[in-house]
Amino acid sequence: MSLENKTLVELSKDLTAKKVSSVEVTQFYLDRIAQHNPALNAFITVCNESALAEAKEADKKIASGHAGPLTGIPYAHKDIFCTDGIKTSCGSKMLDNFIAPYDATVTTKFKEAGMVMIGKTNMDEFAMGSSNENSFYGPVKNPWDHTRIPGGSSGGSAAAVAARLVPAATGTDTGGSIRQPASMCNITGIKPTYGRVSRYGMIAFASSLDQGGPFAQTAEDAALLLNIMAGHDEKDSTSVIHDVPDYTAELNKPLTGLTIGFAKEHFASGLENDVAVVIQEAIAELQKLGATIKEISLPNTHLAVPAYYVIAPAECSSNLARYDGVRYGYRCENPKNLDDLYCRTRGEGFGLEIKRRIIVGTYALSSGYYDAYYLKAQKIRRLISNDYQTAFKSVDLIVGPTAPSPAFKLGEKVDDPVSMYLSDIYTIGVNLAGLPGMTIPAGFVKSLPIGLQLIANYFDESRLFNAAHQFQQATDWHKKTP
Amino acid sequence: MEWETVIGLEVHVQLSTHSKIFSGAATAYGADPNTQACAIDLGMPGVLPVLNKKTVEKALMFGLSINAEISNKSVFARKNYFYPDLPKGYQISQYELPIVGKGHLDIQLDENTVKRVGITRAHLEEDAGKSLHEDFHGQSGIDLNRAGTPLLEIVSEPDLRSAKEAVAYLKTLHSLVRYLDISDGNMQEGSFRCDANVSVRPKGETKFGTRAEIKNVNSFRFVERAINYEVARQIELLESGGTVIQETRLYDAERNETRSMRGKEEANDYRYFPDPDLLPIIIDDKTIESIRTTLPELPWQRRERFQSDFGLSHYDSYCLSLTREMAEFFEATVKATQATPKIVANWILGDFSAYLNKEQTEISESPLSPQQLAQLLDRIADNTISGKIAKTVFDAMWAGEGDADKIISSQGLTQISDSSALEKIIDEILLNNPNQLAQYRAGGEKLFGYFVGQIMKATQGKANPQQVNELLKKKLG
Amino acid sequence: MALSETDVKKVAHLARIALSPEELPSHIKNLSKIIDLVEQMNTVDTTGIEPMAHPQDITQPLRDDIVTETNQREKMQRCAPLTEAGLYLVPKVIEDRSNEASEF
Repeated sequence: MSLENKTLVELSKDLTAKKVSSVEVTQFYLDRIAQHNPALNAFITVCNESALAEAKEADKKIASGHAGPLTGIPYAHKDIFCTDGIKTSCGSKMLDNFIAPYDATVTTKFKEAGMVMIGKTNMDEFAMGSSNENSFYGPVKNPWDHTRIPGGSSGGSAAAVAARLVPAATGTDTGGSIRQPASMCNITGIKPTYGRVSRYGMIAFASSLDQGGPFAQTAEDAALLLNIMAGHDEKDSTSVIHDVPDYTAELNKPLTGLTIGFAKEHFASGLENDVAVVIQEAIAELQKLGATIKEISLPNTHLAVPAYYVIAPAECSSNLARYDGVRYGYRCENPKNLDDLYCRTRGEGFGLEIKRRIIVGTYALSSGYYDAYYLKAQKIRRLISNDYQTAFKSVDLIVGPTAPSPAFKLGEKVDDPVSMYLSDIYTIGVNLAGLPGMTIPAGFVKSLPIGLQLIANYFDESRLFNAAHQFQQATDWHKKTP
Repeated sequence: MEWETVIGLEVHVQLSTHSKIFSGAATAYGADPNTQACAIDLGMPGVLPVLNKKTVEKALMFGLSINAEISNKSVFARKNYFYPDLPKGYQISQYELPIVGKGHLDIQLDENTVKRVGITRAHLEEDAGKSLHEDFHGQSGIDLNRAGTPLLEIVSEPDLRSAKEAVAYLKTLHSLVRYLDISDGNMQEGSFRCDANVSVRPKGETKFGTRAEIKNVNSFRFVERAINYEVARQIELLESGGTVIQETRLYDAERNETRSMRGKEEANDYRYFPDPDLLPIIIDDKTIESIRTTLPELPWQRRERFQSDFGLSHYDSYCLSLTREMAEFFEATVKATQATPKIVANWILGDFSAYLNKEQTEISESPLSPQQLAQLLDRIADNTISGKIAKTVFDAMWAGEGDADKIISSQGLTQISDSSALEKIIDEILLNNPNQLAQYRAGGEKLFGYFVGQIMKATQGKANPQQVNELLKKKLG
Repeated sequence: MALSETDVKKVAHLARIALSPEELPSHIKNLSKIIDLVEQMNTVDTTGIEPMAHPQDITQPLRDDIVTETNQREKMQRCAPLTEAGLYLVPKVIEDRSNEASEF
């Protein structure tokens, strides 16, 4: 039995037709994890027993005819989503001992859909990073080249799906943390509109930017996953009250009549030439499929990274203040006094990059600097958001590169945070504006995968899935495996 | 030199809600430690706040009652600092764009003086937990039950000029929140807490002096004492050539002094910024108008009605309307009795209030209902008992011996208004006191009172005093 | 703009983070580089631009005032480092206060 390249749609058919049971599928992937994960380090926790128990339940549901479309299919959860009774570390020493006492809303939704949670994936600590090298549990290796990074922060999820250790996984995206690793691992990933997926129980990095989304082999699979994840949640006041369409409904619409823009700023200096070629070919393919292609301008693109590195650290400095060694998580040994408890717990429990960002954020909010940094960044955020709205007056979608280069070498940028930050230049603006963004496999440079980014206006995920699916019907980049 | 005191008050009013401001945990007082602290109150990873609608409504009711500016957009902000009873490392509060803007409150200083006090703003925020200092092997214990309890912080302008004015303001504010039923106002349980900003300046000076902030004073009496102490301390300091430092001070009620909380200021950099977990609250005019219709009659409106409807004096009306309970008791009594409102007012502000004070009883726990008091006043009005006997009956009622009628009949307190019976008694007394009678007849008119006393004694006070006067006059002719 | 050692230490303490002597130099260097990156914001004039705190320009939904939570102390404290008698224990808190910070 070889299941590893089956899509969710195919697995669902097999399960419904009882060609295979959920227990068999789950065991198959558990075996693959056991075999391949040691080399990749994509998982922090593998849930052998609970996964098989869930699979048994799923088989019962299928047998009784109460199954949903994805019942019985295993998925991996980024270790940022709280899972009741299962360790939820957020990639940090700070939460290495944290067994969450509740489920994230997304976790609950997957449970209700009958999907099988097979394990928790590795990630950059508190989702801060672009290479997965900031994990307390060590870096994840790119399945295409074990000397390279898988991208971050959801590197474990992306690597696990790319290596076919699991057919689907969740991620979160604050500045590109779904799209950039998906692109570097040759899989499909989507960051939905801000507020589309509940953030309850999804450990916060930067609340006004964080958004959960799925990883899968295809756009169609990602659409099925988002059908489960999306929707207003009473426990998250920033989750939007807005109908959730069936994201698979428009997959088969032809692209004729669609106007797709590409921003000239996305092809300026910084983008590697080979990557530019791959992206231009992908755009040509979309044109062949009937779309009209048009050059647009996002003039403030170069300000996205600077503004982001004020807003995200500012919010993070406050969001991470709760890790103080009092109610849960790491606590330093023998604190001398209260101040010592705080300073050493946080000094020892957080990794280098977390401390760096907390300090930057604290500085940006501190008395005398608020206007120059935080308020200024918020104004630039408005300018960037306005740029997109201007663009969407004349185009339906915006496409371009997801990252300026293919996966870089492990260790290449660890000592140079600014150069690391700049690798998110094309994804960050989308988070600042709160728009939905997606990445799909579009080709290779020196045997390393390159992703095409697609950006739509608010709540227009269906159009992203449509364009991506049509592209995947015409190409087979997404079928390539390491 | 003559000094002027300048005081501004920040009052934290706990809003009476079933659940917390941002979570569905209960707010009930006195639960076992941490049994009312849910994941949100504990600041667990990934949890999010969702605002309680009641807190917004209650804040708006307050805003409307003080004629405040209500802006259509209000924003929550995070106030960042580390403290063990602050689970998230920040307090969700409001900074720019509070829910209630500028308004004012009129306070009665004495029978003839009313003062208007400016209110700068009022904002919603969450309360912190509690640190318990009993010794746990040299450590402190943290109870987060109170964390997330809804508070309305009401900030006054520095318009108050003495401790007395400060207390009058606090009492008026307390009365108002009770009228609005937005808080139980329970000071022992910390539902109404006050921080006072106190400074002094030479009389005539327009610039403010350096202020000290006295934290967390929980009774009217202590506020008055704390301010008086602080004013005296500052004047003494200035007159001996010293300077006041801007600082936070704690009031120690046992020693009746304020003392410094060492160097708190240098550590303060709260890094306020809009809370990204909470979108702005948008309040449209329709909402404001619908809240306005839920406003009860306010203390000053009731006072005016008491004056116009019942013909009471301004001061009596003010005293009666000071608390909602008192005003409602008064009105219910007036409604149930034939006695005039003035008589009802006299009884309530007199004996009834004296009893409440003496026994430290809240009006809600009074052993007398308005209907019972009304019955007693009716018996005076219909001459069944005299005013004097009424006080005896009142005592018995307070002691729980039953209704006025029951006490009057069981103790035989009915007034004697039968002329022939009274005449008989008077004759007897005159007969038994020949010496006094002779003195009276010789011009000793003072002895009239002596005879009245004797008659009252003989009837155990039950003789109708008016009739006694008339009959006695006739007899002594 | 270069941050001094004093700046970094001061801000780190405001954030209650102890930095070891070994990591301090790297923080000083990298934080200064980050501030330089951030200051590229100053190349654009933002006069009159309304700050954008949030992607959603909408109002927040409100919750009815209903108690939905039950006592979960035992479950919540299972992951606590140190508790006694239902309380979280911390090194002695020096000053009492209502809802304000005090100096340690």
